[in-house]
Formats: sequence, C-alpha cells, structure tokens
Amino acid sequence: MASSPEETKVETLEALADTIVPGPRRGPRDRAVAGVSRTGGAVAAGALDLLRWDATGVSGSLDDYARSLNEHAGGYAAEHGIAVDEDTPAFVALPYDDRAALVRQLTAPGHPEKALWVLLVLFCYMAYDSAAHLHTADAIRAGHPGLTAMGITRPDDDGLWRFPSWSYGRPLADPHPDTTASGSPR
Amino acid sequence: MNDVERTDVLVIGSGFGGAIPAYHLAAGGARVVVLERGPWLDTAEYEHDFKLGSSYTRIFDFTVGDGMSVLGGNCVGGGSVVYFAAMPRAPRFVFERRGSVKRRMWPAAISRDTLEPWYDRVAESISITQQGWEDVSYAGGLWAAACRHSGRSANPVPAAVDTSACVNCNWMMAGCRFDAKQSLLVNYLPAAIAHGAEVRPLHEVQSITRTPDGGYRVHYKIVHGEDYRLTEGEGRIEAKVVVLAAGAAATPVILQRSERELGAMPYAVGRYFSGNGERLNTAVLNEDRVREVLGLERGDGLAYAANQIGKGPTVANWDRLDGSLPEYTRYSLEQLYFPPGLGTILALADGPEPTWFGPAKKEMLERWQSWLIIFQMIEDDNEGVFGPPPERGNADRVSQQMLGVGRLSYKPTATTQAAWAMADAECKEILERDGLATVTPWTNDLVGAYTVHPLASCRIGDDPYTSALDDRHELRGHPGIFVTDGSAVPGALTVNPAMTISALAERAVPAIVAAARERGVEVEYGAPAPDGSTAGRRAAAPLAAALLRG
Repeated sequence: MASSPEETKVETLEALADTIVPGPRRGPRDRAVAGVSRTGGAVAAGALDLLRWDATGVSGSLDDYARSLNEHAGGYAAEHGIAVDEDTPAFVALPYDDRAALVRQLTAPGHPEKALWVLLVLFCYMAYDSAAHLHTADAIRAGHPGLTAMGITRPDDDGLWRFPSWSYGRPLADPHPDTTASGSPR
Repeated sequence: MNDVERTDVLVIGSGFGGAIPAYHLAAGGARVVVLERGPWLDTAEYEHDFKLGSSYTRIFDFTVGDGMSVLGGNCVGGGSVVYFAAMPRAPRFVFERRGSVKRRMWPAAISRDTLEPWYDRVAESISITQQGWEDVSYAGGLWAAACRHSGRSANPVPAAVDTSACVNCNWMMAGCRFDAKQSLLVNYLPAAIAHGAEVRPLHEVQSITRTPDGGYRVHYKIVHGEDYRLTEGEGRIEAKVVVLAAGAAATPVILQRSERELGAMPYAVGRYFSGNGERLNTAVLNEDRVREVLGLERGDGLAYAANQIGKGPTVANWDRLDGSLPEYTRYSLEQLYFPPGLGTILALADGPEPTWFGPAKKEMLERWQSWLIIFQMIEDDNEGVFGPPPERGNADRVSQQMLGVGRLSYKPTATTQAAWAMADAECKEILERDGLATVTPWTNDLVGAYTVHPLASCRIGDDPYTSALDDRHELRGHPGIFVTDGSAVPGALTVNPAMTISALAERAVPAIVAAARERGVEVEYGAPAPDGSTAGRRAAAPLAAALLRG
C-alpha cells in the first residue's frame, strides 16, 4: 500500500539514520530499518526526534531531504539494475549495502551536495553517540541505546560526573631528556 | 550632535588575545571596552550535558569549511573556557621555521629566547601545574606506557589545571564546573574588570571603519542569547585604538569585511591559515594485551577501559621535537580526550575499507571506553585561505548554536599530507605493537581536516607580502589596529598553542600602550600579574622598554 507523504518522509529518514548506525527491525512490517544489527541503533536512539528539533537547523528541510534522497536512490537503483517496489520510497527499498553505497557517494569529496548530506548524517550519528536531543543523565537513566552501548557511566546524583580514581599513579615512562624546568620541550 | 559611544581602546574578543591586552590597558589607566560574540556564563552554568542548548553548545563554535573545520571558543573567556588547558612552550626550532615561504617565517625580533620572558609573565599570571604521574589520567598513563614499551619517552604535559580541585570528569569543553581549570575567568579578566574594563557578551563585531580624527568606529550586532542565528539590534563604538582578537577563524573575516571602508588590507589577511597541523588517531585497545604487555591494572579488575575519565591531554610524546630533523618531520603525539557529539563521527572503524558509519563503526563505538585518542601536531604548510566574508559573523549559522558554515578553504599540500602520514605510521607503530590496539586516523573526507587550534590567518612577520602584521602586531597600513590572537602566530607550533598565543599577547602590549599614548590616551605600561606578582614584570622590563619605543 502506498504511503502518505509524511510516512514516506519518516521512513526515508529512518532508513538513512539506520544506515549510519544500524539497529534491529521493530516488527515484521518495518521497512525503514534494514535489520543488520541486533542492538538499537540511531532510529531507536531518537534520530527523528533530533532531526525534527528546530535547534538543529535541518528541521525545516526534512521534506526536501527525503524527496532528494529518494530521487538519488531511484537513480542509483536504475544505474545498478536494482528492481524496487514502487509502493516503497526508493531509498527504503534498497538493501542495506546499497543504502550504504549511496550514502558514501553523497558524502564523498567532490559530490556537489556533500555539505548538505554530511550535515544530515551528522545529526543522525549524534542521536546515537551523544543523544543531543535529550539531557544526558536522563538519557542514560532511560537506557538510551547509544550511550548505554558506549558504556558511558551514570553521573552522581547531582547530574555531575566525578571519578575518585583516575590514575595508575606511578611513573610509566622516562620524560624527554631535553625537558626544560617549565616542563616544556626545549 | 553625535551620540556614538567612545572609549580609548576597543578590544574585540575575550580569549587569550583579548583578555591579556584588556587587563594591561585597563590597569594602565585606559578606558577599555571588550566586545565578545559569545555569552558570559557563571561556573554554575557549566553543565555535564550533551543536549543541544547546554553549555557545551552555547560556548563552542564548530565552523565547517572547505577542507578544514574549526572548533573554537564562543564565550567570555574564549578558548580558555573550552580548551583542555595544555600549556607547553613551543620548541626552539619552531621559531626558525621557513615553511612555504622558504625563509624565516617569524620576525627576526622573536625567538624562543626573546619570547621566554613573556612566557614567564604568562606563567606568573595563569596558574600552570607541572603534572606529576599521580595527576596523569589512565589514558595518559597508558600512552606513556606504550611509548616506553616502544623505546620512546613521554612527558606529563604542563596544564592550567588546579589538580587539587579537578574531579577528572573530562567535561572541560563544556566549561569547568569545579573551578579547577585556570581559565581567563579566574585571572586576567576579573583583574581587567577590577580596573574598569567593560566586557559585553553577545556583541558580535562585523566591521571597522575610520573616523575623521584618525580613530576607528567598530560596528557590532547583538546576538540573541539562545538562538545565535538571530540578532537583536546593532551599535557602534568609537575608539582610538582597536585590539582585534576574535580568533583565527574570525579576525581575518572582520578585516575582509572592513576593507571597503578602511582601504586595502595586507595580502596576508585571510591567507596562510594553519590548523596547527592537527589530526587525530583513534586506538581501540585490547584490554587483555594492555594488562599482559604493559602490566597495567586500575585496581578494580580493569586494565584500562577509562576513555571517559580524565582531564583532556595529560601525556605527550616529544621525541620528534628535535631541531636537527628536517622541517615537516617534527611533531608531537599527545594523548587526548575527545567527547562524543563533536566529531567522533570522523573516527574510522578498521577493516579492508575503513568506514565512519555502519555496523563496523557501531561495533567500534561499543568499545568506546577502550578508546585512546592520539592528537598529532605536525608542521603544516599554512594552506588555508578565507573566501569573501558571509553576511554576518564568520559563518552562516546552521544550528541555533555551535554549527555554522564558514569560508575557509584548506587544501593540504603533499608536504602536509606526508607529515600526517608519517605521524599516523608512528601512532600505529607504537600502539599496534604486540597486539595492544588497532589504530586508525580520523577521516578528512567528511568535514575536511579538523583543528581546535586555528592559527596564522593574520600573522606577524618582517616580510610585508607574507605577513599582515609587523613584529609589534600592528596591522600594516592601518595604524592603531593591533591583532593579538592566534591569527598572529606565523605557523604551526608542533605543540598546543595557548601558551605561545598568550606570550605573544603579553609581548604585544607595550606597543599597544605606546600607540594609545600617541593618540592622547593617558595610559602607562607596567601592571603586575593579575594577582599582583611582579617577578615577570621585572624580567621583561628591558624588552618592554624597547617595544614601547618602537
């Protein structure tokens, strides 16, 4: 069944986010997530929430981004002889490896639209590695997939991090013989 | 009736290059106004939070260029608030560099020896700790042990950090919540304010014009406190002397925009930009091998897994800082922390085709606590050139804070690329030895190369064709405009530059005082350090006298 324009946009952007940091399908009808990873990726991390936030500067361009990505994907599919389901947004219809290949093309040095695509994928990535749409402490408490997978520890009760142990506490190398009295190179 | 505000000295920017002259000029009796583009945060406002809109994005700017992106401070205190506070002096050979111009880049008047008294003045003013091994973070200790294992030396790095107050949270880039970092907010700036200097945040200078009496009129816009894409008015101030210290990614842009009114700028304005030769490598450590090969244990069952813990860079390898080696083969390799969100997208997952995204990168992120980031500072070729300025500021702002697109173009020469390749190979040699780690460089393909230490876009020198400033930091052809920030540094330093930028700013003050006096300002040179100490002043006095005479 054909998607509404809003569904098409969301699926397309989710598919892009999932290409950057992949995750598991959310159900049998999930087309956007390619399912090449077993743990939550950028989509589960909230990439769409971040992209839709006007603080990013990309929220007003998401319709254009989705449309353009599907146009590129249609061209890519035709070029590579990949049959795509016409009821599915072209980028969503691509297998993961082809989505990744197209992302590499769009973000490669010399591509005329490179800066635009780098901006979009940067936020997709940030949703996972720093949860830039959420307070970090809240995100960790809620089990945010990226921060949890990276092993970022919980802060103290006041929301600040302190590490009572930080050092091996012993000399581990000889300083350079020319070090000056100020501790600088000569 | 002319209601334009007037002051004696107008300082643009409140980082090292702005705060230091502002203090000395105010202490000497001049009326000083400092215009700062970014906000003014109190200690309690520094947050441990990656959410957009937290202090992390309010006080940092990430300006994307063509081939080079620049991270810099955007707040009262400038880079000193967001930096990692490493304060080494530059090695002696740096001042003899010839670089792309094939003759000595630095003015004849400046060498390590002649700069030493000015370094000392900074060291007396900003509390710098010579870190001991007990201060060195796990990451620094690991880097030291790996260097020793491969037959190399390694140095704890001098840092402007009060280690007794530091909790090793590694949130330095969001501002120090614990007042451990000795930023300009605890020395030069409060002293400048105590002497009457006015610091005005969210005032973004756009251009400079001339007044009929030979002074300058500085035009600014007031930036919205939350959404920096917006402005809330504009104004102007007239001054007899202007000190331009907006940072090496912004100072030349202000001058370029002013050219139509001020007249032709020196050729070197907006050219010869250097990224300080910076590049990052990520090592993903094999925890078992860290224990077996290096004998490291944290005491809690872990060998390392401590990427999150520390205070930025604590240990550097300086074996290649050897003046007998050819130019472009000298560099330092410094352990660094780099937070999520601001660039780890550029870290490459190892494999037949290293990649910054996808399943392999995700697996790499799952080992994030076992990352060790190594920061290279090589000698680059001053390749950067600024294109025509944007409508406002130094970038077209994309996000409400932090992210913008600037006009810097940087195409690394074969020489620079060869130096990076050499440093990459050495990182690999040190850290892949005996299976300790897998090492990959960050990609330059996405946002170009990446610097946190922009330099040289409006540099000092003796040659008017390759330097915008004379050796007293005065802009050629525009008397009374001085440039004192990182843009004045002639080229890459092979170490963190804050100490050298500060020493040059200290050295520039006597000539600025002399220029102000020539224009009728009653100002004296000779303030002590901000805390009243006088040893540095005494030692620099003979040099200062010569600079006052011009």
